[in-house]
Amino acid sequence: MPDKPDRNAIEVVNVSKIFGSGEGQVAALDKVSVSIRENEFFTLLGPSGCGKTTLLRLIAGFDFPTAGEILLYGQDIAPLPPFKRPVNTVFQSYALFPHMTVADNIGFGLEMLGKPKGEIKARIAEMLKLVKMEALAGRRTAQISGGQQQRVALARALAPQPKVLLLDEPLSALDYKLRKEMQIELKRLQHETGITFIFVTHDQEEALTMSDRIAVMSSGKILQVGSPWDIYDKPAERFVADFIGETNFLTAAISGTGNGKTRATLKSGTTIEATVAEGFQPKDNATVVVRPEHAKLTKDKGDLSGTVENIVYFGTDTHIHVQLDSGEAFTVRQQNTRSAGCGFERGDKVGILIGNDAAQVLRD
Amino acid sequence: MATAEEVAKAAERRDVRDRWLLSAPALLVILLAATGPLLIVLVYSFLTPGAYGDVKWQFSPDAWVSVFMERDIFDDTLSLAAAHVTIFWRSIKLAVVTTLATLALGFPTAYFMATRSEKTRDLWLFLITIPFWTNLLIRTFAVLQIIRNEGIINTILLKLGIISAPIQILYTDTAILIGMAYVYLPLMVLPIYASMEKLDFRLVEAGYDLYATRFKVLRKIIFPLVKPGVIAGSILVFIPALGAYVTPVVLGGGKNMMLSNLIELQFGQGRNWPLGSALSITVMVIVMLALLAYVRNAGKSGVRHG
Repeated sequence: MPDKPDRNAIEVVNVSKIFGSGEGQVAALDKVSVSIRENEFFTLLGPSGCGKTTLLRLIAGFDFPTAGEILLYGQDIAPLPPFKRPVNTVFQSYALFPHMTVADNIGFGLEMLGKPKGEIKARIAEMLKLVKMEALAGRRTAQISGGQQQRVALARALAPQPKVLLLDEPLSALDYKLRKEMQIELKRLQHETGITFIFVTHDQEEALTMSDRIAVMSSGKILQVGSPWDIYDKPAERFVADFIGETNFLTAAISGTGNGKTRATLKSGTTIEATVAEGFQPKDNATVVVRPEHAKLTKDKGDLSGTVENIVYFGTDTHIHVQLDSGEAFTVRQQNTRSAGCGFERGDKVGILIGNDAAQVLRD
Repeated sequence: MATAEEVAKAAERRDVRDRWLLSAPALLVILLAATGPLLIVLVYSFLTPGAYGDVKWQFSPDAWVSVFMERDIFDDTLSLAAAHVTIFWRSIKLAVVTTLATLALGFPTAYFMATRSEKTRDLWLFLITIPFWTNLLIRTFAVLQIIRNEGIINTILLKLGIISAPIQILYTDTAILIGMAYVYLPLMVLPIYASMEKLDFRLVEAGYDLYATRFKVLRKIIFPLVKPGVIAGSILVFIPALGAYVTPVVLGGGKNMMLSNLIELQFGQGRNWPLGSALSITVMVIVMLALLAYVRNAGKSGVRHG
């Protein structure tokens, strides 16, 4: 474990990456700055084309930034070729060498570093054990399953003990169950090796369950960086709130902002307390978000009122879609019990209670 | 009513019959155009030469003996046919050197082509195949124009004052090699390019990521993966190079006899068809043995890719 837990492993400073030239040029990254702490499981989350993979490739050295610096423990690595960076990558396609055995694949990095044969052998054995692939060391990569290839790719990237491990959507090719297993496996590996992981994904659930911190990206920019709780409960922008989980957007009039909190008067006339996106000073009108599970449905009068439009049963919970009297839509997620039904029917006039500390004012 | 079993059997019979019928044209072509002539050559090699070319239908192993042995005209003793061995060796050497030269030039060319964008790739492919549209003889004479004493290279070098007298390239082994490399280069480039194009360049990135320098990536990743193309290209160049006729004659001035010249001689002025046939078959056997050794060797290092 690191003695200085807040040391930055990677610092991305004002990095831009522009592809093409002239009319056809595209800014894949637009002045992005982010710091990734040592020994952290850091996730770059965003839809495809948001620049997350570009950022990863810049850190790996497969592409070079148009502007800006990438610091690895304070040293600018942006101009270095990939083979001079103590950083390894797990590729989305795994990119295992088809002409080598599992063991040779894992040992490749060490061999290239010119390590002694004995050391390489020992390290390969250690890695095989770490990813539980001892039995298949002599197999060719085409003779093992997707999940096993994934493990080999991990072992290969971890074998040279990189300062930072980059993972480019490594789980996207696996089926649901295997993906869940590998998520836990990855967390375990990160914990056991103590290596900084930078993980790229478009899967918000994956990001929430695995990460220490998440950077949400869209159109070449980082919109918000924070812990999974921050990102989920205190989204700063509409995109973040919308991309991660389900949420309800309400328009409200703002009054009395201070200390990160404000009072929001909803269209129904009710005033609720809401938290405010960090560093944001809301004006008169703003968008307030409330997660479906942070609201409660009641047959009495609530903070909002409306009519039940639709009821969708999900096993663990039920989603109740309500058409508010103000014209807006609102979804409430209600935990299921073993009673038959959720207690409401389509067409019911209902009230919605919004809990304390359930609403967040967005920056837009 | 036929039972299901009978119907199935009848269908199978029909299937077998159709298969033979459908493959008949191909079999006929193979038989008439490939195997047949080869058999004639084989038979001729065991006959006696006729006085005006042609063959006499009389068995004789003489042709085969004289492929390897020389009969002394005075005392009738046999000794190793030194002239033949020299000619064989010269041709094999030329074929090997040509193969190596085209490989050295073709591999980077194929790599360059495969790493271009999809659109420009087609253009390069087109440019590589253009020489095929021209007759071999004309292409060879074009090379001659470039390298002869009053040719482009010498003229430019003289004008620039780099040399004071023309360099004699034409009618040397260098001239033959230049010509051969030029003529056979596309045959090397195309199969390597086909392999290279299929190469997953993410593997190259993975190599760089795992601390392999550019040279190491080439040696440890790219080369093993495009080896099938290299093998195919080498075979395609080696075989015709071994039997090359026009290029050595035109650019080498016919000073040094090659295998093909030797064989041609037997069917022409030499009027010894059986010997020509025996020599042809010997060349074929050499090629087959070389290929066998080459493919075995290449296969041993374990490429099961592509």
